Amino acid sequence: MDYLLHASDLERLIQAIYKDGYQIFGPTINDKAITYGEISSSADLPQGWTDIQEGGRYRLKRRTDKAFFGYAVGPHSWKKYLQLPHRPIWKASRQHQDIEVIEIQETAPKLAFLGVRSCELHAIAIQDRVLTEGDYTNENYRQRRAQLFTVAVNCTSAAATCFCTAMNTGPEVKLPSDLTLTEVIEGAAHFFLIRSGSASGAQILSELSLRPAGMREKNLANGRVQQLDEEMRKGPRHFDSSDLKELLYRNLDSPSWDKVAERCLSCANCTMACPTCFCSTVEDTTDLSGEHSERWERWDSCFTADLSHLTGGPVRSDTRSRYRQWMTHKLATWQDQFGSSGCVGCGRCITWCPVGIDLTEEVRSIRDLECKQAGSQEQP
Amino acid sequence: MTPSIYQVIHRQEEFAGTFTLRLQVQRKNRTNPPMRFNPGQFNMLYAFGTGESAISFSGLACGRELEGEGSILIHTIRAQGNVTRALECLREGDTLGVRGPFGQGWPLQKAKGKELLIIAGGLGLAPLRPVIYAALEGRLAANKVRLFYGARHPSELLYREELESWAKQIEQEISVDHGDGTWPGHIGVITDPLQAARIDGANTVAFLCGPEIMMRFCIQALLRKGVPASAISLSMERNMKCATGLCGHCQWGPNFICKDGPVFCYEDIRPWLQIRSL
Amino acid sequence: MKTIADLLHEHPFFHGLEECDLQFLASCGENCVYHDGDYLAQENNPANHFFLIRSGRVTVETFVPNRGALCLLTLHGGDIFGWSWLFPPYISAFDARAQGDVRSLRLGGECLRNKCEEDPKLGFELMKRFAKIATERLQSARIQLLDIYGSPSAQSHAT
Repeated sequence: MDYLLHASDLERLIQAIYKDGYQIFGPTINDKAITYGEISSSADLPQGWTDIQEGGRYRLKRRTDKAFFGYAVGPHSWKKYLQLPHRPIWKASRQHQDIEVIEIQETAPKLAFLGVRSCELHAIAIQDRVLTEGDYTNENYRQRRAQLFTVAVNCTSAAATCFCTAMNTGPEVKLPSDLTLTEVIEGAAHFFLIRSGSASGAQILSELSLRPAGMREKNLANGRVQQLDEEMRKGPRHFDSSDLKELLYRNLDSPSWDKVAERCLSCANCTMACPTCFCSTVEDTTDLSGEHSERWERWDSCFTADLSHLTGGPVRSDTRSRYRQWMTHKLATWQDQFGSSGCVGCGRCITWCPVGIDLTEEVRSIRDLECKQAGSQEQP
Repeated sequence: MTPSIYQVIHRQEEFAGTFTLRLQVQRKNRTNPPMRFNPGQFNMLYAFGTGESAISFSGLACGRELEGEGSILIHTIRAQGNVTRALECLREGDTLGVRGPFGQGWPLQKAKGKELLIIAGGLGLAPLRPVIYAALEGRLAANKVRLFYGARHPSELLYREELESWAKQIEQEISVDHGDGTWPGHIGVITDPLQAARIDGANTVAFLCGPEIMMRFCIQALLRKGVPASAISLSMERNMKCATGLCGHCQWGPNFICKDGPVFCYEDIRPWLQIRSL
Repeated sequence: MKTIADLLHEHPFFHGLEECDLQFLASCGENCVYHDGDYLAQENNPANHFFLIRSGRVTVETFVPNRGALCLLTLHGGDIFGWSWLFPPYISAFDARAQGDVRSLRLGGECLRNKCEEDPKLGFELMKRFAKIATERLQSARIQLLDIYGSPSAQSHAT
């Protein structure tokens, strides 16, 4: 059931979530980019702003309207609140020959995410599978995730780098979310369609005592999302992803990897910006007495030499093998490991690559080279 | 997942830089059920303040004198990095952390009614030691067990005294790269005695552990002798941090060495072995 | 009493060879036993024989002044030793020494060469068999060179 929420009532929604004891995080402008941070009112949102994105390029720009969610995703992803970038694991102490190790357990905060895009809901679902659905779980993630409240937003505009239609992850929100918004600006009218997808979402809605949306409002909202979907499918970054696993498995020695390695800086930006990359490492430190030690976990990246280190040196000693690991993991081996692609088509890796390497272009290059090779073999 | 604290109750230097520790769980942890493992699985050993290293089980000693006090873990370790060098400094009475057991072990059931070839290189004998004991104790129901063991030098053989006692029950071919005046066995690579051996391919099962190059050459020799790819198992090595499939370090194609391995069936991983720098 | 042809027949090197060829080669062969420490061949001495080892252990060695005899590899029943008789100047490159009793067959180098010249088809068959073993030995020597069981030198990051 869709309800109507006037733009001026967005503040009421935020306060209602607050009142339920949630810490609210959402998009804010920070360092000339739209990043995720703590939100206390609708005034913290980047209202009237949009972003211009291309490979290796990101700029903020004023919109001509007062849209609250008129931009795509920025350099941050929600994973920083769920799979923490840096967290303590245990404290250990040693006295004479005796060691004690004490796990550090956090009381998970109640988090609410405001403005979660469809691709990001997919990313969270992917991380759920990796970090909580195997034989072992990341307990800290699981607890934070269990209490999470999401307010999703249907995309009515996209960045040039977006390719969610190729990965079947958007732009329309189809995964469950506590609440889902669709923002509409039509002439002087500015409103949201809002629906609940859970009991706690419904509870919040009932507190706001909204009226059901009319047919015209629904059509306007759905029309915007459908229109974007159609536009994106005609765009240059849309592609057929149904055979990606087979394509990459056949082309682990494609000359395309050598070409991309000439450009890739192994800087790890793509893995940091990616909402699903989950690699982590641990660091043990001791104090000067040597009697107290701590273990911390932090995000790691397959672009570091240390990740694949074996005695003697790294298994992936060059950029070619590291880029190949990243991309084949994301698009191919992930499917064998976790039953879905690891890519949600958010385009962050394209925008935040300092040299503008474009994953969709790399897929095309591998496919084209394969076709060319097959062609040349047919005509000796 | 935090480690349980164990105490070193015995330390044996196998040869310079390689040692075997026997570990017993600390008295206060003894209420926990004793650790059980499958040969081929591994533990993460934590050297205080330095970090963890994945070390395969070399055995589990259970004796009447230990009843009610938990079992004793046996781990053979080569000092080659910060953590293993810290473990090397441990002496009897010292303590360390243990998390485990992790991973998939040797498919012992495949040896039933077959001839089992245990093929080890260097430190690779360590994770196969429990398989040998399973064979000696008649738990494998294999028709016959043969050990092929390659090492660098006679002085760098693991478990020297045990090797002699095993020889009474298990046919052994030990080959060293470099002999000395007193070495009575093969000099050369382990593939030579393997190639010279009479092997009934269709009725043979092989477990391999050693340097990847050695395993690749031995697998070629086995395939030439008609051993099916599905009857060959090997233990792989990659960087492991969490051991629980969460940290991403030990990925090898679609496999996580820590949870899908370290022991793999050759038939399943054959395509990945061909890809370099994977 | 087994004939030389019977013994040739039993050795893996000649497996599958035609009976008439074995008879043809048998006249080059003689049965011989070596005792512990006996040299089958010595470096820089004429390489007069091709050895088929039937049982026992033979070390292939080279002598280093300050270290004595260094063993490069060991040969066992079913193995062969020596191909220096094939090429001029027919001089052994290494020592071959019996460790304990060694039963072997040896075939005269010159006699074998003449037979192969006389019957090039048989000559080529034998050459293929030599080449296969030489290739395997080369492969083994290369793996030995890698020193795969040693600790890799760069250890700074290893755990």
